[in-house]
Amino acid sequence: MNWAGPAEFFAMGGYGFYVWGSYGLAAVLIVAELWLLVTRRRTLLEQLRRSLDMANDAE
Amino acid sequence: MPLNIWRFASPQAFYSLAGKLVPWFFVAAALLGAAGLYVGFFVAPTDAQQGDAYRIIFIHVAAAWMSMFIYTVMAFWCAVGLIVNTRLSFMMALALAPTGALMTFIALWTGALWGKPTWGAWWVWDARLTSELILLFLYVGFMSLHAAIDDVRRADRAAALLALVGAINVPIIYFSVKWWNTLHQGASVSLTRAPSMARAMLLGMLLVALAAWMYSIAASLMRVRLLILERESDSDWVRTIARKEAVK
Repeated sequence: MNWAGPAEFFAMGGYGFYVWGSYGLAAVLIVAELWLLVTRRRTLLEQLRRSLDMANDAE
Repeated sequence: MPLNIWRFASPQAFYSLAGKLVPWFFVAAALLGAAGLYVGFFVAPTDAQQGDAYRIIFIHVAAAWMSMFIYTVMAFWCAVGLIVNTRLSFMMALALAPTGALMTFIALWTGALWGKPTWGAWWVWDARLTSELILLFLYVGFMSLHAAIDDVRRADRAAALLALVGAINVPIIYFSVKWWNTLHQGASVSLTRAPSMARAMLLGMLLVALAAWMYSIAASLMRVRLLILERESDSDWVRTIARKEAVK
């Protein structure tokens, strides 16, 4: 074990800003990428359904 | 019975294969990532020179390796698309680009945050950093060029050419620390000789790198499935899927 407690862990020997700034942003961007993919899929399928309904109505 | 791999050049066939694979790659990424970060933060010791700032290495190196690897794979699929004219190859290349750009950005950002406390500079125009920045521009250029051309097939081919021409940048990034006098550290890990770093540090690095790889595959497969749905939206099988998802 490297850390005596959570305080030491977050401090990262004085480099906490740099370490957590790195991992924090990476985590945010990864979550954002996945969220964008999920919403893009949802929107796409809704659009497809709507155009199918319109095609059905037109018949 | 021989497995006909060309079957998966069909967007419909690949769509369902990819759909089955995606969850596994996410699970692998999560497990490898958790293991790697555990080793990196709780097993690997503090560095004698850099203190705990060096722990950025685990995300920085993983992202940097992936940024180069994804570009290479992207360029490969562009070449296949141009040579064999398979639609799905171009879709795969396009699907890889945003994830590759993300990895490049993470590498640059984490590199800057590592450089400030250790080198005293957020940024220097040395060969490694500059060529990695150019890689980001190539990814963005690839996506922008594709978006700028209306006809999808022409967009595919034009962007593919850009990707292939830009591929020379990848070996430049890789060898930059050997060919030029750089502030960035030289290669500590090699295929031919023992690594020059503590074993736990190396293990953490490799585990997170593998996690990044699994994640990149999962995200790219998710994205290529969306591209397939978009491009094949006129076909019956896509319409069936759209209707089926409504029932849920």
